[in-house]
Amino acid sequence: MLIEIRKKPFNAYAEMQYYLDSLVIDGKYGATANFVGTMRDFNEDKKVTYMTLEHYPGMTEKHLNAIAKEAIEKWQLLDVLILHRIGKVKITEDIVLVACWSAHRKEAFESCRMIMEQLKSSAPFWKKEETGSGAKWVEKNTPGF
Amino acid sequence: MQVSVKYFASLRELMGEASSVIDLEESVSVSELWQSILDSKDVKFDNVMMAVNMEYVKSEHQLKSGDEVAFFPPVTGG
Repeated sequence: MLIEIRKKPFNAYAEMQYYLDSLVIDGKYGATANFVGTMRDFNEDKKVTYMTLEHYPGMTEKHLNAIAKEAIEKWQLLDVLILHRIGKVKITEDIVLVACWSAHRKEAFESCRMIMEQLKSSAPFWKKEETGSGAKWVEKNTPGF
Repeated sequence: MQVSVKYFASLRELMGEASSVIDLEESVSVSELWQSILDSKDVKFDNVMMAVNMEYVKSEHQLKSGDEVAFFPPVTGG
């Protein structure tokens, strides 16, 4: 299991492969599910030029660890990777990666969804969008279901 | 007793500070502390989230000396 908060841009797909290469689960995993959140150039019909992401150092990592551990136990996962950006995020940069490995697809799909929804609803991160006509804090996330 | 208080995101901007140390004459709940902060700064803020020592707590959670209390708006990560 790896949970990291990143200040610099990352390529979610390269990170997922790099992490998988470090694992000793060859022959054990039959399913990989992932979610990648990427920076758009619009939100609620307004143009967004970039975003600044803030977190609560210590609590954010602790909270994500708890979510991942719960998922590993509930779905008997082989491994979980969570990466999340902070700081200034530009259009097309990846914001979040959740990847889950399991023997079969049911566990991988369900756990990836649960981790992502819990992250969205309870992990302490906040987005501030620059719209070109001033910066604005995002007040709520869109529903995931 | 003393507790340290942290604010994040829009709430930090509203409060004009990221953190402070608050002296309490007696143990209070986290919501009582929040109300006293709102009163002393004469501000309003809906939908606050509360954490003590980096764990979410209910509003009636009683504070202890040395606690790190955090107040922040609804989270918007991912």
